[in-house]
Amino acid sequence: MTIETTPPVRTLAPAARAVEVLGGDFTEASLRRYLNGIPGVDAVGLEQRAAGLGTRSIKTTSKAWALDKIIELIDLTTLEGADTPGKVRSLVAKALTPDPSDLSAPRPAAVCVYGDMVPYAVEALGASHAGRSGGAPGSVNVAAVATAFPSGRASLAVKLADTADAVAAGADEIDMVIDRGAFLSGRYGLVFDEIVAVKEACRRADGSYAHLKVILETGELNTYDNVRRASWLSILAGGDFIKTSTGKVSPAATLPVTLLMLEVVRDWHKLTGEEIGVKPAGGIRSSKDAIKYLVTVAETVGEHWLQPHLFRFGASSLLNDVLLQRQKLTTGHYSGADYVTID
Amino acid sequence: MSRLTVPKTYKLYIGGKFPRSESGRTYEVVSAKGAFLANAAKASRKDARDAVVAARGALGGWAGATAYNRGQVLYRIAELMEGRRAQFVDEIQQTEGVSASVAGAQVDEAIDRWVWYAGWADKFAQVVGNANPVAGPYFNISVPEPTGVVAIVAPQDSGLLGFVSAVAPALVAGNTVVVVASERFPLSAISLSEVLATSDVPGGVVNILTGSPAEIAPWLASHADVNALDLVGAGALEWIDLQIAAADTLKRVLTPENGQDAAAPSLDRIAFFTETKTVWHTKSLI
Amino acid sequence: MSFLEYAPAPESRAILNLRDQYGLFIDGEFVDGNGTPFQTISPATEERIATISTANTADVDAAVAAARRAYERTWSRMSGSDRGKYLFRIARLVQERARELAVAESLDNGKPIKESRDVDVPLVAAWFFYYAGWADKLDHAGLGPAPRALGVAAQVIPWNFPLLMLAWKIAPALAAGNTVVLKPAETTPLTALLFAEIVQQAGLPAGVVNIVTGAGETGRDLVNHPDVNKVAFTGSTAVGREIARAVAGTDKKLTLELGGKAANIVFDDAPIDQAVEGIVNGIFFNQGHVCCAGSRLLVQESIHDEVVDRLKNRLSTLRLGDPLDKNTDIGAINSAEQLHRIRELSDIGEAEGADRWTADCAIPENGFWFAPTIFDNVSTSHRIAREEIFGPVLSVLTFRTPAEAIAKANNTPYGLSAGIWSDKGSRILAVADKLRAGVIWANTFNRFDPASPFGGYKESGYGREGGRHGLAAYLTPGRALPGTSAGALTSASTTTRKGAKK
Repeated sequence: MTIETTPPVRTLAPAARAVEVLGGDFTEASLRRYLNGIPGVDAVGLEQRAAGLGTRSIKTTSKAWALDKIIELIDLTTLEGADTPGKVRSLVAKALTPDPSDLSAPRPAAVCVYGDMVPYAVEALGASHAGRSGGAPGSVNVAAVATAFPSGRASLAVKLADTADAVAAGADEIDMVIDRGAFLSGRYGLVFDEIVAVKEACRRADGSYAHLKVILETGELNTYDNVRRASWLSILAGGDFIKTSTGKVSPAATLPVTLLMLEVVRDWHKLTGEEIGVKPAGGIRSSKDAIKYLVTVAETVGEHWLQPHLFRFGASSLLNDVLLQRQKLTTGHYSGADYVTID
Repeated sequence: MSRLTVPKTYKLYIGGKFPRSESGRTYEVVSAKGAFLANAAKASRKDARDAVVAARGALGGWAGATAYNRGQVLYRIAELMEGRRAQFVDEIQQTEGVSASVAGAQVDEAIDRWVWYAGWADKFAQVVGNANPVAGPYFNISVPEPTGVVAIVAPQDSGLLGFVSAVAPALVAGNTVVVVASERFPLSAISLSEVLATSDVPGGVVNILTGSPAEIAPWLASHADVNALDLVGAGALEWIDLQIAAADTLKRVLTPENGQDAAAPSLDRIAFFTETKTVWHTKSLI
Repeated sequence: MSFLEYAPAPESRAILNLRDQYGLFIDGEFVDGNGTPFQTISPATEERIATISTANTADVDAAVAAARRAYERTWSRMSGSDRGKYLFRIARLVQERARELAVAESLDNGKPIKESRDVDVPLVAAWFFYYAGWADKLDHAGLGPAPRALGVAAQVIPWNFPLLMLAWKIAPALAAGNTVVLKPAETTPLTALLFAEIVQQAGLPAGVVNIVTGAGETGRDLVNHPDVNKVAFTGSTAVGREIARAVAGTDKKLTLELGGKAANIVFDDAPIDQAVEGIVNGIFFNQGHVCCAGSRLLVQESIHDEVVDRLKNRLSTLRLGDPLDKNTDIGAINSAEQLHRIRELSDIGEAEGADRWTADCAIPENGFWFAPTIFDNVSTSHRIAREEIFGPVLSVLTFRTPAEAIAKANNTPYGLSAGIWSDKGSRILAVADKLRAGVIWANTFNRFDPASPFGGYKESGYGREGGRHGLAAYLTPGRALPGTSAGALTSASTTTRKGAKK
């Protein structure tokens, strides 16, 4: 009796970028060699660079610009088991009128909800839904988390159905999670294939695709080298955005990890000319912190990336802190919680 | 008509907080002349257990801080002690029945010893650690690391100086401590805990139990989550039994010392509560 | 508006409380110098800051005499524990006045406030904290049971890290029981004079620290003074040679911390983005005015193009300008003289055939400025590969194998520092073994700590500053002489505890 000791070579699902970079007959093995061949990350140096970027002093006109920009880049989020249509409507109302006392405040880029809440979000947005208005100024996207968010522990069939339902309900964007268990046990091919399949599930009847954000869950990947490899893998597999976290695991987004992902996106752009987005999510609560992220984006990959189709903040309480700061700039005095609305 | 004072309640210091004993017990602290001074908490074995949990919980942060940071924190404690000098002098005068100048000298010495130990934090590794010239292509270095949670029976004859002399050296290397104060002279230890609580020492790094060392020490000696046992003040107890109990988990044990020079300042006292880790790393150009 | 053109974020000068004129600090007081006073200016704007005294020969003599008196009567009789307490006080005062000192340093030196605030001043405090703790532990310094101080130390420091160099000199000297006379550089006397105020606030006995301002002449008078036991100098190799000649045949102990031309070696398996940061930090931090600057990039030939490309991109977000703006990365060159030297050597580099590239920076009208510059395709025979430029100028060379990298890195009369970038530990350690340099940084650069000894091989000088080793320069092994207590201890003794071992 013979025992097969080497696993059969697998050819992976077609994905245009991977084909271009790795060649037409790439396998899990060649994918792994490619990912392992990318230069490593020195954590101490990375964190120092992030800390250095955090010392930038953004004042007066720069600050005012930054505050408005942050709002424009927010995916205003509610992802709770207790979410209801009423809660979602309240969130949408906040997105449409962030500051009732100051209608000059811009709108966030999107609202982010669970897939089964998408219909309520779409309905509440009405004419302001980007999907309907074709992205007119002031329109707001609907982003849906899918693929058994946050854990990702379900069959592929369930994850694809989750995705397709959200897309059919009108989601403009899908935030999927990668299979971290598969990644950490080295099954890069499986992770890759799932992303490709989810991207395909984002396809609409008219042939357009919902925008795909790939959540790495950096807190579970644990090392910067893993984050770097997972970032490259997600881009090769067809993701439009790479996203740090679900926000349900700590640590969520950090400045060093976001810096690292921006470096990957910069290098991808250099390699192929293509622009991929980055979304840090979870744990960014203060304007001060969010401004550090804007600086990091601008100084790593360029100001051009500070646009909703290339950078988002996954946040909920951040919006109010920014509005409070905005109010201080306008009125000249410190504001308080009574002067911003809860959602 | 002279002003009525507001007497202080003396509680335990565990995890950065001031709980009463879970047993609800107290005991009387009397002055040298036998007058009532205060009811101090009488710690139970459960308090000791909680203190060890707190000490273990605080270990990662304290041991993981830079040596410079630990030195800074310890130096700050000395600053605060200096600020409260009068309070300490007064307590010692009352409990030990000594003159103001003798009490003052004790407090001054306690502060100066604390400063001496604080200054070791970022340099003792340079004296007790070193590179080792092994006979092969290896980088080889020995470094001292904190042993972990240290249980201490403080000198019983001295309220402040003995206490400081036993606690400070364990902290320098990054250990966290559970210390049983002097039974007769516990007030200085609790006042010191107020200093600790208002300094930058994280909660749980130092935990102070007052009460009966005879009752509490055996529970600490046999506790499997205590790494080292300093019996410097256990001379009047059945300390050999404690040492035997500690042997079950191979704790590192310091035996009792008596007299003026008990727990005299020494580098050895710091080094005793460390483990030496030696690391090898290959070296090659090709 | 471009976001990257950040709005001005000026650090306020209002925190400063400067005098219009400063005297010398001798025997605990400010006294007028008898030499010709001079101005100290801001190299960013060329504005005058204050008038500074010059110490002539008689002033230097008075300062040394004050130091000698303080040594004999007070400092050598004081316990180590008390000396330590004075140093702790000074450390605390530096922390308390940290912002003020940082602003003064940036104003007088030209370095960005971000650096003086986040690097220089915190290290100054740390240096005093560290050595404060040694003062009563000298029997553990590795120099025998009762080492003795040397006496009076003459200390001459450079302009690149004025207050930090002062701390590197004064802290160990005092901890070891010496008294000092220190001369700051003529273009950067300000923070030394503020330090003198701190010394007064600490209640330090008069004469233990003396500050004599002036130029080269003052330095020579000080170094050559017959009643000085120890000379410590940080500065150029040329002056270091002069001093070494001058003390020959005398009993003066000498330590020198001189120039360098450090190699920053980047292997093909380096963590590439962090390596680029390390290269930038290595040569452009402090405008390249760093003796241990990574001024030669030795990059493995296979990754040369990629590294240089990434480096140039990285330089596009470096901001050159007002040192007191919190977003400035590259400040002013310290003096017209230094600027001239940098320009001269850069022109030589071009003439030698290296490829010159300069970052695109808007240069202010007044002041002394030099935009970060890279010379590519530099060879070991080029002057810009051998001579210390002491400015924001990087020379790029290549290598093929680790052995070749080591050979090129060592092929210099200097030997102060080096950097190694690789993901492979065994290679880093083996290369570190072979580099003839006193400080080696692996996967990092320009890291300083009071616990870490610093100093050079060969013409970069001798002696170490920092760490336990840093005490050796200020002590002599031996038994305590009767009547002095240098190295002796009071009740906080270190009597070895007998008995209980692990």
